[in-house]
Amino acid sequence: MSKYFFADTGVLLGRSMRHITRSLDTIITTAITPIALMLLFVYVFGGAIKTGAGNYVNYLLPGIMLIAIASGIAYTALRLFNDLNSGIFERFHSMPIARSSVLWAHVLTSLVSNGLTLVIIVVVALVMGFRTSAGPLAWLAVAGILALFTLALTWIAVLAALSAKSVDGASGFSYPLIFLPFISSAFVPTSTMPGPVRVFAENQPVTSIVNTIQDLFAQRPAGSDIWVALAWCLGILILAYVLAMAAYRRRIA
Amino acid sequence: MTTHQIQLPAIEVQDLEKSYKELHVLRGVTFDVAPGRIFALLGSNGAGKTTIVRISSTLLRPDAGTASVNGFDVATQPVKVRESISLTGQFTAVDEILTGRENLVLVAKLRHLLDPGHVADTLLARFKLAEAASRKVSTYSGGMRRRLDIAMSLIGQPRVIFLDEPTTGLDPEARIEVWRVIKDLAHQGTTVLLTTQYLDEAEQLADRIAILHQGRIIANGTLAELKQLLPPAKVEYVEKQPSLEDIFLALVGNDGKDEATKDQP
Repeated sequence: MSKYFFADTGVLLGRSMRHITRSLDTIITTAITPIALMLLFVYVFGGAIKTGAGNYVNYLLPGIMLIAIASGIAYTALRLFNDLNSGIFERFHSMPIARSSVLWAHVLTSLVSNGLTLVIIVVVALVMGFRTSAGPLAWLAVAGILALFTLALTWIAVLAALSAKSVDGASGFSYPLIFLPFISSAFVPTSTMPGPVRVFAENQPVTSIVNTIQDLFAQRPAGSDIWVALAWCLGILILAYVLAMAAYRRRIA
Repeated sequence: MTTHQIQLPAIEVQDLEKSYKELHVLRGVTFDVAPGRIFALLGSNGAGKTTIVRISSTLLRPDAGTASVNGFDVATQPVKVRESISLTGQFTAVDEILTGRENLVLVAKLRHLLDPGHVADTLLARFKLAEAASRKVSTYSGGMRRRLDIAMSLIGQPRVIFLDEPTTGLDPEARIEVWRVIKDLAHQGTTVLLTTQYLDEAEQLADRIAILHQGRIIANGTLAELKQLLPPAKVEYVEKQPSLEDIFLALVGNDGKDEATKDQP
């Protein structure tokens, strides 16, 4: 690792954060769809949904946050794709900087911007009646799991940006990821689903993450879900990272 | 210049080969460039000019052959090479969302210079971008973008500069402006490797010209030497008509043909 890694990553992080603050619409867009979904499910469909828990906003919020992250990382892929194809990536790579900082700056930007989106969503949820007795430690655990999930999806985004041939390809990969929470315990309990759907829903990553966050917010013991969730996140993260780095090496000298 | 010892070539390229699948882009390219000179690689689209630049600037590995810049091998000492060079690619590599000044500060910070703001302001003045300094680059004209692009390349005073088709897509005025910058650079001792598909550009700027054709250098020399490859000139009388460029420049009131700009530092 070059001695300038942290300095260079910091400078480049500043650059892409400036991109975001100059186009605030990206944060608003990524926040607005999940918020609209939250309004729709709480005030339109909510009356017909029986979750067993009293407060449906409390039940819904974890899934909404995961949808926000899944749509937010599409912008990460887009920003990286544009850098790769505008020549600025090559400019940085022909300079005496720590080369890996170019990629890491995008990864960190993804973490920070998704974090901001999530804060907006939680504020809206509080207005809508979200309540939790979770203490600082539980909040920290929620933040940690969300950060890990973001990191895992971000590396999928990096992989998509490095291998995409067009802008559409670079951002389109996120649609299935956005859809995944719908077939999970995020909106309705999996016990209401018919056999095969239920099997899928109970064994895909989103359900364990959603259950974990719901438990943490409700101050319930998270049980085995937290370990399943961590295993999914770490597994996806490692696989995506390895594949992305392989694509990166193919791409550069 | 104060250095009088034997000067190694600033760029040395030996038997370079590169293929993309079935396509042999470079089939054994050899040339060298003396320090402080402007060397033009002349060739049509697809001749392999950009591939040579990408290999020499450590962005691409050759299949065979070697390249060294400022005495450092691109394959074994890429970091040293990157400390010695600057690349201005075929497509202007500027950040559209940042302002002109922010672009320069960004590069100065990445080159770990002490006073990025001062470096940026000096270059903005030198490249006549001071007025547009705080505007987003997306509002710049093609010529301004290219000037900013080249200004970004000069930060940190690299010994060797690669310019890949620096004037493609520019209007005549912007083009002459860029030529002036390149001449200034060589004047100050920077080595310039320039690729171009414009014959007059090579003729105007280069100390030596190499013609790249189908992945090989088919001629390499000074303009005078290249002229000798053809039969001696015949004397013919031709009525001198102004070229469209002369007319254009006369009408828009730019005395760009006037090269008397030696008063710059």
